[in-house]
Amino acid sequence: MIELLNSIQNSLIYKNFFLVLSGLDNTILLLLISLPLGFVLALLFALGRVSKITLLSRTIASYIFVIRGTPLLVQIYLIYFGLGSVKFIRESFLWYALKEPFWCGVIALTINTVAYGAEIFRGGIQSIEKSQVESGLSLGFGKFLLLRKIILPIAIRKVLPSYGNELILMVKATSLVSLTTYMEMTGIARKIMAKTFAPVEAFIAAGILYLFLNFLMVQFVKYLEWKYNPHLRLNN
Amino acid sequence: MFKFDKLVFGDAGWGDEFLIATLMTLLVSILSMGLGLFLAIITVWAKIIQNRITRFIANFYTTVIRGVPELLVIYLIFFGGNAVVMSIARVFGYNKYIELNALTIATIAIAVISATYSSEVLRASYLAISKGQIEAARALGMNKFSIFFKVISPQVIRNALPGIGNVWQITLKDTSLISVTGLVEIMRQSRISSNVEHSPLTFLITAAILYLCLTTISGRVFKTLEVNYSKGFST
Repeated sequence: MIELLNSIQNSLIYKNFFLVLSGLDNTILLLLISLPLGFVLALLFALGRVSKITLLSRTIASYIFVIRGTPLLVQIYLIYFGLGSVKFIRESFLWYALKEPFWCGVIALTINTVAYGAEIFRGGIQSIEKSQVESGLSLGFGKFLLLRKIILPIAIRKVLPSYGNELILMVKATSLVSLTTYMEMTGIARKIMAKTFAPVEAFIAAGILYLFLNFLMVQFVKYLEWKYNPHLRLNN
Repeated sequence: MFKFDKLVFGDAGWGDEFLIATLMTLLVSILSMGLGLFLAIITVWAKIIQNRITRFIANFYTTVIRGVPELLVIYLIFFGGNAVVMSIARVFGYNKYIELNALTIATIAIAVISATYSSEVLRASYLAISKGQIEAARALGMNKFSIFFKVISPQVIRNALPGIGNVWQITLKDTSLISVTGLVEIMRQSRISSNVEHSPLTFLITAAILYLCLTTISGRVFKTLEVNYSKGFST
């Protein structure tokens, strides 16, 4: 029995698991900053996208078009290698953030998720029935109150499943930040691979942790859906 | 800062290298999309036949691959693929060292990822076909083979085209991750060029524009195909 326990503790996958686990906080840190920021900005961008100001709406539309048409890796490299090579950025205050791979990752992930999120929220806002807005107007709601009490709650509730998908894509996207020397789970797994030359064990350990993280995210979105759709619950 | 004059064709610039890299990206995307669709059909088939084991395997495959970052899948296949192939070859008594080339590994890795997305699209569009049609075909005496090719496939293709267009865009963008395996496609080429010329901004912007062109043009192509396939369907 003890021998079995020892052999498990000495196995490569067991050791790797805890090594990779030490990178979990770095992955979560990336998400903790870029997801809330991305959510708020995506809402604002979606409102700008449906606004009647043509210039604003056009600008945001082209921003979404460019970001959704290029791979995230290009965006990360552009911010990390590209902006770092410009002289006046290296001399400005921006350099304090841009010299750290962590902040480059946060900026790139936020820029990316805002584009996808804005498009999702736009769909939600545009799918609101006119009668609901009209009934709000007839009650004497102002623009802001209408937005806060009617448009946003209904729109967010409607798009929760697709925004949940986007959140899971973001969890997976954090692995790309490892290519800018930032040591989160994928980065550590790659380092283990280079050291022990046992690729399968290292990457399976990381894969299990990502699966777990995504499982938590799915449960979180399911809870939100349950909470904000009380009229769809089967038994109250 | 910018060295766009370095993008000319010929020995003085990187234009021709980028052209070849773009073709390589397209080649990997098309090959892995094709292989991915083939894997997706098998996965869908495993899910819809009434067999618990095949359904479990298919569900396990799609859940795991979609829950794990693409980069990890690529690393796993890139570093672990050779070992798997060699151990299979050893069963057949071949003991020499085998190395898969980068294109093969890239195609397999991207196909494995893209198949999980395709399979969801295909499954949804298969389930959208009403049962009455298949029953009607059976009542006319069609065999399984012609039911599949004359009744099911045309409708699945029409239903699935918008979704497959989305999967194509994802696949095209996922090929950028293949640069970590050393295959020279757009992303890898832009890294090589910027290391030589010390101007990452130029070549990364070039890469972004090339990807943007590819996604936009292929988006147009899929729009045309959709219009073509929904002829006779007033919407």
